[in-house]
Amino acid sequence: MTATDLATPVRAIAAPGKHGTSARRVRSRGGRLVGYAALVLAAAGLLLPFFWMVVASLKTNNDVFTIPITWLPDPVVWRNYVDIWQRSDMTTWLGNTLLLSVIVTLLQVFTGSFAAYGFARVRFPGRNVLFLAYVGTIAVPWQSYMIPQFILMSKLHLSNTLWSIVAIQAFGAVGVFLMKQFYETIPEELSEAARVDGLSEYGIYRRIILPLSRPALASLALLMFTTTWNDYLGPLIYLRSPELRTIQLGLNTFISQYNAEYALIMTGSVLSVLPVAVIFLLGQRYFTEGIASTGLKG
Amino acid sequence: MSRNTVAGWSFILPNFVGFAALTLLPVAVLFYVAFTNWNVFGVAEWTGTANFRRMWNDASFWTALRNTVYYAVFHIPLTLAAALGLALLLNRKLRGVRFFRTIAFFPYITSIVAIAVVWNQLFSPEYGPINALLGAVGVDNPPGWTASATWSMPAVIIVGTWRYMGYYMLLFLAGLQTIPAQLYEAAETDGASPWQRFVHVTLPGLRHTTFFVTVLLTIESFKVFDLILVMTGGGPGQSTLVLSQYIYQKGFEENQFGYASAVSIVLFAICFGITVIQFMVNKRRNS
Repeated sequence: MTATDLATPVRAIAAPGKHGTSARRVRSRGGRLVGYAALVLAAAGLLLPFFWMVVASLKTNNDVFTIPITWLPDPVVWRNYVDIWQRSDMTTWLGNTLLLSVIVTLLQVFTGSFAAYGFARVRFPGRNVLFLAYVGTIAVPWQSYMIPQFILMSKLHLSNTLWSIVAIQAFGAVGVFLMKQFYETIPEELSEAARVDGLSEYGIYRRIILPLSRPALASLALLMFTTTWNDYLGPLIYLRSPELRTIQLGLNTFISQYNAEYALIMTGSVLSVLPVAVIFLLGQRYFTEGIASTGLKG
Repeated sequence: MSRNTVAGWSFILPNFVGFAALTLLPVAVLFYVAFTNWNVFGVAEWTGTANFRRMWNDASFWTALRNTVYYAVFHIPLTLAAALGLALLLNRKLRGVRFFRTIAFFPYITSIVAIAVVWNQLFSPEYGPINALLGAVGVDNPPGWTASATWSMPAVIIVGTWRYMGYYMLLFLAGLQTIPAQLYEAAETDGASPWQRFVHVTLPGLRHTTFFVTVLLTIESFKVFDLILVMTGGGPGQSTLVLSQYIYQKGFEENQFGYASAVSIVLFAICFGITVIQFMVNKRRNS
């Protein structure tokens, strides 16, 4: 799906513009129709790969590629979903990934929101320079400093442990940046009133700011969870032992091992996507808010 | 030290310790390692600009750089246009737009491995639905996609655009919502056609968003890696080898940390340079 496919209908509606009311009504009905057609086309293009993935995961291996293409599985092979557990270490992979995602998310949310409070609500010398260092690193691609970081982690004997992923993911600038943006929208008068009442800064953070920032915390948590769940390069570099593999690494080794088992590979793919998809659908609103307000990604 | 300073630092410290050790320090060390000959177990040996001179004569490095630029040059405008088009479409009052917004975002939250393997099946030259479709509309000699040195990069760019357009669409949608409706009404009263309204109201209103999106998109394009590694492994041949992957190869597969760091500095300089240029251009345009 290219941009012109999508943009043209919007412009096409425009053409018969400045005529009378009757023309306008026709135009808007026609425009609506073109709009829906564009929506359906766009949705089809976006969803086709997912549709293929689910359908292929329910086919027999021989049915995945047939000419002409069959768009529905016949027979429906539910067994694939049992087989994959027997033929791979799905449990280990999913377990590791879940553990990592939860720990990283918690650390990002706690240390990130705590630091953001310092940046957003406490005035002290050097604060702006320090924050600039955080923002500055956002423009630096991780790939450009992954080597010195790896050397450092090796010296600390953290490589080839799950801690390495926690360490490299949990202290990023994302959480600080996102939470600071949010805190700055909370009126300063609230804090002032609390200060007059004798609350310390920690008290203000815990009793006033934290309860108000639930939506922002939810955004950050969702962003971090999906980022960690889907991370490929970090685990690829740091997790060398098979028992440490995350779902992304595990799935990729499975693919190279059973590269002709098309149906089973798709089953594994569905399983790798499913948890994030469910979490995304549940917290969709927070997720999109978080991204719209910062434009940041992990 | 004033009370505020102590309080401020105490909030920042738990995060800053990790951030300084794992991000700031490595970035600083990068500039040292790049001038050394270093592998994991050995000691760093200062070699001055040797790594950079080697890079100058390294054909694979230039291939990786060229491929990265190739990816960026097509991925950036395609994604920009697709994201804006989607945002305009989904900003209209149509039934079900919320559902479609969710769908558009789906590729972005999906894991790269799943995406790569599905698209590789779709792109399969002989049995894949994409070439079947192309055959059906009369393309006699459909591309070999990831199996062909000519078509592997376009294939990767298509998937990259498909994956990221929903993400940038979201930023555009947020930007569209900040444009006051009165501006559109005024333009309409003045008899501006929808196309004129797009050019004179929407585009200027989105200027900040477009700038921000372009910066993010540029950095994202230059650091592209996972998608390519899993889809094509850089091949066939070196047809999709990109800078990040070359850094990975030299560093983690061949243990040449010094040389890999020198290549890293090039990647760093490109991203940094482009960001600075974009900011300067944006500043001049605003004043």
